[in-house]
Amino acid sequence: MGRTCVESVPPLSGKSLLAYRSGVGDVFKALADPTRRAILDELQERSGQTLFELCTRLVTRHGVGSSRQAVSQHLEVLEAAGLVHSRREGRYKFHDLDTTPLRTITERWPPPPARPEEAPPCGSP
Amino acid sequence: MRITLTSVLVDDQEKALRFYTDVLGFRKKTEVPLGEHRWLTVVSPEQPDGVELVLEPDAHPAVRPFKEALVADGIPFTAFAVADVQAEVERLKGLGVVFTQEPLRMGPVTTAVLDDTCGNLIQLAQHHGDELPAG
Repeated sequence: MGRTCVESVPPLSGKSLLAYRSGVGDVFKALADPTRRAILDELQERSGQTLFELCTRLVTRHGVGSSRQAVSQHLEVLEAAGLVHSRREGRYKFHDLDTTPLRTITERWPPPPARPEEAPPCGSP
Repeated sequence: MRITLTSVLVDDQEKALRFYTDVLGFRKKTEVPLGEHRWLTVVSPEQPDGVELVLEPDAHPAVRPFKEALVADGIPFTAFAVADVQAEVERLKGLGVVFTQEPLRMGPVTTAVLDDTCGNLIQLAQHHGDELPAG
């Protein structure tokens, strides 16, 4: 784990570059790792967690026995993508979830409009 | 050989004594003046002859950076057993105690983490062994 999760991504080109790398790291790269997705799952359940709580949740609920340093590095990737923000509160440090960067995905590939229940399924006469 | 003592390293023994007795609910067991500091221990009223917790000065220069690093990452220095974490959290919050981790159930254990005001985080742990089938 460790180093591979923070390696720099190959540069995107043209519009993609503008659309996805304006000021934040690569959301797609951040989401590509199952441990990082598990971190987001746990922060979705409760935002504002210490590193200790996150590591505890990962090992007990996801069987992820990564070292604290490895989890820290995953958090750095998520922070670079804008999906996680860390804040100091006195002597403690908490991590919050921010799903705002995920909008770039649904804006580019929006879900189809909701279909009325009565409509026949595709392909039927 | 038996284990009879465990310690927490505190920034102020008098403040620690107040927190560990008045707030957490332990009782003072021994207090012996030792120059600048005291040999100071507390016990649980549920086990007055059980393991003593030494409220030990953190004056050594290596201790403060160690404690601060643990606190920043939310890591508790030690843990105490309670019958009902949720009830303890509510009681202690009523007394102004700050928690860095709200109650979290993880299989057979529920934990929460509080700030002892003396530079340490302390975990409260409740074991649900009775509720779960064996295995």
